[in-house]
Amino acid sequence: MAPPARPAPAEEPPPPDRQFPLLSMSGITKTFPGVRALDGVDLDVEAGEVHCLLGQNGAGKSTLIKVLAGAHQPDAGEIRWKGRPVRLHTPVAAMRLGVATIYQELDLVRHLSVTENIFLGNEVAVRGFIRARDARRRAAELLRRLGHPEIDPDVPVGALPAAGQQIVSMARALSHDVRLIVMDEPSAALDPDEVDNLFRIVGDLTADGVAVVYISHRLEEIRRIGDRVSVLKDGRVAAAGLPARTTTTADLVALMTGRDVQYAFPERPVSTEPLEDRVLHAAPPPPVLCAEKLARQGEFAPLDLEVRRGEIVGLAGLVGSGRSEILETLSGARRPTSGRVLVEGRPLRPGDVTAAVRVGIGLAPEERKAQALLMLESVTRNVSVSALPRFSRGGWLDRRAERAAARARTRDLALHPDDPDRPVRTLSGGNQQKVVLARWLLRDCKVLLLDEPTRGVDVGARAELYAVIRRLADSGVAILLVSSEVPEVLGLADRVLVLREGRVVHTAPARELDEHRVLDLVMEGSPSC
Amino acid sequence: MLSSPGSDAVKEPAPPPTQRSPARRGISAPRIGVRHLSLLGVLVALVAVGAITRPEQFLTGDNLQLILTQSSVIGVVTVGVTFVIIGGGIDLSVGAIVALASVWATTVATQEYGLGGMLLCALCVGLGCGLVNGVLIAYGPMVPFIATLAMLASARGLALLISDGKTQVVTVDSVLGLGVSDSYVLGVPPLVLVFATVAVLGWLVLGRTTFGRRTVAVGGNAEASRLAGIAVRRQRLLLYLLSGLCCGIAAFMLIVLTGSGQNTNGNLYELDAIAAAIIGGTLLSGGRGTITGSVLGVLVFTTITNLFALNNLQSDVQQIAKGAIIVAAVLVQKGRKTQ
Repeated sequence: MAPPARPAPAEEPPPPDRQFPLLSMSGITKTFPGVRALDGVDLDVEAGEVHCLLGQNGAGKSTLIKVLAGAHQPDAGEIRWKGRPVRLHTPVAAMRLGVATIYQELDLVRHLSVTENIFLGNEVAVRGFIRARDARRRAAELLRRLGHPEIDPDVPVGALPAAGQQIVSMARALSHDVRLIVMDEPSAALDPDEVDNLFRIVGDLTADGVAVVYISHRLEEIRRIGDRVSVLKDGRVAAAGLPARTTTTADLVALMTGRDVQYAFPERPVSTEPLEDRVLHAAPPPPVLCAEKLARQGEFAPLDLEVRRGEIVGLAGLVGSGRSEILETLSGARRPTSGRVLVEGRPLRPGDVTAAVRVGIGLAPEERKAQALLMLESVTRNVSVSALPRFSRGGWLDRRAERAAARARTRDLALHPDDPDRPVRTLSGGNQQKVVLARWLLRDCKVLLLDEPTRGVDVGARAELYAVIRRLADSGVAILLVSSEVPEVLGLADRVLVLREGRVVHTAPARELDEHRVLDLVMEGSPSC
Repeated sequence: MLSSPGSDAVKEPAPPPTQRSPARRGISAPRIGVRHLSLLGVLVALVAVGAITRPEQFLTGDNLQLILTQSSVIGVVTVGVTFVIIGGGIDLSVGAIVALASVWATTVATQEYGLGGMLLCALCVGLGCGLVNGVLIAYGPMVPFIATLAMLASARGLALLISDGKTQVVTVDSVLGLGVSDSYVLGVPPLVLVFATVAVLGWLVLGRTTFGRRTVAVGGNAEASRLAGIAVRRQRLLLYLLSGLCCGIAAFMLIVLTGSGQNTNGNLYELDAIAAAIIGGTLLSGGRGTITGSVLGVLVFTTITNLFALNNLQSDVQQIAKGAIIVAAVLVQKGRKTQ
């Protein structure tokens, strides 16, 4: 796929009345073990502008704003504030400068009141004693300014809806003398009229000369409130400072997707096409995994899904589109509000992981460290944990057999280093993922649910994982794959379901889709071109 | 990586196709060994101190036997508590359960059933309390700290109620016969033998069974264990049952040892057991720990008590020393972890 023609970068003349931009980041580089998250990123933000950051998941947006918030230290690069070089050692240092960040997962203390949250770490106090009445008054003032005078400053934050919590987060940012606010997908949790209010607030702030760095996947929002757009791609700036209102969707999508790195995807088996013909014309082979009107209130709408032996089905969608929730419900980790899951035609007990594992469902969850691995344990014990009864007689383990069997599976997957006693936490992301896959191989699973299998896996190791996943499918496992990286879904899956806000908006064989079309569907919900 | 190379050189070489990885069939044995070695060092140092300060009293057969006997009851409790902590929980109710079981098993009515009846009663009371703990924690809405704190209060209260605040003297001869100091089984006092048996069984169960492996998994990462198909709730229930059972055994040992049942039995056992487990290397957050370490921890504490008593030091000094040892042990472990 040749990257489409790059739009001519719009050269906006710098505002004549200012010598220096408010914020100027140059050459920012940040490397995590195995991944170069940022590779020489430059970003200029002017006072009073809404600067939108666009990029696919993993493009480096989150890392960049964490550097800006003082939460990550860059390995290289320079940050200038009104022309003066600064170092943001800690979040407090960033806050002192006047940088406030509203993260996607709001960082509020649920049990504390609205007022207490707004002034957390910055209490209205005299000699250590909280001036509760002053604090309450100022909190009410801030809430009024944000257009939400109805929020009671005394209620615990946990009692507020998501939109209210976001207002509290914003009030906290404004309680400092803030010059630049970073908002990470602020509209993701909001209803349309709440979004309108958010935009009004952004307008008020910029009118006061505050700069806003706005991250969103919704292009129509960027058009409405953005002044300039910068696009990140694979840790680099693909385009800086484009005019937000006039750059076309096609150009933006092209910038986000045109890759320097070409992933190597394994060949699909030749049998794929006859299989699809059979689906269309003749009696199809019975699916291994089948969901019938499966739904969870507030997470995803009734879903019908079939995955056959040897097939890879991909779910494409943004964070929050319900993809992880669907996988966890299929695996029994969440109980569906309606509908059912069948494995080889037999209905599964809802909300029971142990039962699901018994009939051959394996989940490789998104948060590998928190949800899959026993970080204190060795490779062998991580692999064998789901299949212990196989190595035991009357509860007594045959540790030699356990180790040999675990090793055979990790060898199949070319685990490196090939040491079954190595603590799993010392492995790279890709090899940790192999350990999780080996666990399910050892359990002889029939259905593999893969949630972001290449998250935190560096580019070189990805091709290897792709080959492993395809090999598993060829050996007869039915695979359901979730990824926010569209090329990954298109390159690996035989069939793709596109999700938007908990709903399947499109289903098609992977080779009939391309990245642009999927991104359009995912972001706008309507086919473009 | 973490294990010191060469420390396992004694082990036989790996099966043919290994290229580089060291042959290590005794899984993680070397890493744990270092930690135990330092505890063993502390124990040896304490013995040396005893031998020097009280040469004619400390290193006598009678005194060493006394130390072991004193370690036995709390030792059995500690084995159960160690399992619970490794499994990610905590059990504050062990001392109270020991008291309740010892009182219940020595009521006049129970004593009529003789030795077997009393043993059965103690075990059942222990298991019953463990069941209540386990159900509340695994299937109910309670966190381990609160549920077992409630059990601590109510079991101790029930023990007081049953005994009416009085010491219940045992009149069954066969029970009394077990406790006298000159009765030996295989040359060892029977209580010590019970402790040794429980410890060895605990060691085997933790290291060599699916139950032990699942305990470590659930304590290390409950969510990952659940998604891996482990029945996490059932595992938690079983852990508290096991702890209760150990309390029942300990209660019966106390009855034999003192010839009576008292509602003050097992006072502060919960703290001693947790402390012994912690200095033995068990992570309070769960997921790692050994029975060997806990046994060594118990022996260290009992030896200190014995040393101080022989040197006529007050018990307040003992308490301070215990506190210092806990802090030192944790610091040593942290230090090794960050290396």
